Amino acid sequence: MSDQAFNFAYLDEATKRMIRRALLKGIAVPGYQVPFASREMPMPYGWGTGGVQVTAACLTPEDTLKVIDQGADDTTNAVSIRAFFARTAGVETTTRTGEASVIQTRHRIPEEPLVEGQILVYQVPIPEPLRFLEPRESETRKMHALEEYGLMHVKLYEDIARHGEISTAYAYPVRVEGRYVMDPSPIPKFDNPKLSDNPAIQLFGAGREQRIYALPPYTQVVSLDFEDHPFVASKAEHSCDLCGCGTSYLDEVITDDRGGRMFVCSDTDFCETRRAQGHRGRLAPEERT
Amino acid sequence: MSDLSGGFAHAPEQAARAFRACLETLARPGQVQRLEGAAPPAPLSPAAGAVLLTLVDQAVRLHLAPSHDRPEIRDWIAFHCGAPLVAAEEADFALGSWEALQPVGRFAIGTPAYPDRAATLIVEMETLAPPNARLTGPGIARDAEARLPEIAAFADNRARFPLGFDCFFTSGDRVSGLPRSTKVEAL
Repeated sequence: MSDQAFNFAYLDEATKRMIRRALLKGIAVPGYQVPFASREMPMPYGWGTGGVQVTAACLTPEDTLKVIDQGADDTTNAVSIRAFFARTAGVETTTRTGEASVIQTRHRIPEEPLVEGQILVYQVPIPEPLRFLEPRESETRKMHALEEYGLMHVKLYEDIARHGEISTAYAYPVRVEGRYVMDPSPIPKFDNPKLSDNPAIQLFGAGREQRIYALPPYTQVVSLDFEDHPFVASKAEHSCDLCGCGTSYLDEVITDDRGGRMFVCSDTDFCETRRAQGHRGRLAPEERT
Repeated sequence: MSDLSGGFAHAPEQAARAFRACLETLARPGQVQRLEGAAPPAPLSPAAGAVLLTLVDQAVRLHLAPSHDRPEIRDWIAFHCGAPLVAAEEADFALGSWEALQPVGRFAIGTPAYPDRAATLIVEMETLAPPNARLTGPGIARDAEARLPEIAAFADNRARFPLGFDCFFTSGDRVSGLPRSTKVEAL
């Protein structure tokens, strides 16, 4: 089969119209999960089928696409999706956050602040923040309709009762514009503050669960907490061992079987940019002359 | 025989660009975007034609207000979109001038369980300037200004949030958007 056998951005036009209508309703009701008729994609569920469909519905030929998986541009998922759209849509791709107009992400928000004109597309496994508390869709739908979110605060309270602090570290629930409680996808809670008041459009796609939701730019997004246990955007208490950054989100890497380990920026583009600027961390290789 | 030309010549690419304009305008109320590529029969504006080509098809129901309920427009929509034409109460999308769309209380505003099942109004305007309304809410950094056909109807629409209809305002090849989430005041 030749490459010409694809429609632009893979999906057929009727499917794109259906996804586009869902995206616009998502923008109109920030944080509400819009049902959509998710299609089978040429990748398994859990690999970003929702994000891929949202990206396909948004891409124009002029776009520059960046794809990250846990902050990294060079992992299997990110490389595959980037190659998929380079082939089916013919768009430019990049690893630089600042050069991208559309960024599809699995579980991170880039360190470099986003700007107006950019779109951030999240891959979402379980879009319903109440799902692990109430398995019935008919009930969670009623709870959202009635703004009945007490159960979520009970869950966070039980964290405190058991661990002395809110132990939820990722997919930390947020309230959007004082109305809908939303699952921000499994981003670390370190990234939660970046959801709010962001100049970029944020779109969320859950393929298996057939839901789309959205945050328009400059939307107020508040992480749920208690007055005496305020939300803390935590990270590992280290600096990046490659670029020395003390404020970025870090991955822990085991380096040997004797307890050796290092911490590195999860955002590879951010880390590479800093190293190119001459920043050096504890374990950074010596500069070659 | 009416003229059925004026659709997208390169549908995938032109629809993608038109959708991005729609997405940006609905996500940033007060912003005006160009919407090109469609050449529908008068009085349908090129921008409204592009919105129809981008979002409306056999899967949705369209209401034509009296200002746009004309044989050549019906034929054009039947050929390019194929959407069934329905009464205002049943419509997913509605097209017309603001006066012709009255009373807007007829349009679907969704249900508490499914607020997405609400109508999208494509409102044809003489002009999108000068502004007569101040906008605040999601999508707007501090406040923005926009030209609206009136103020009260949109303030009422906001009061029902998360229910309510959403609007695109079209004039010539320009479009702006107003989601139900935007707070509206007279300038």
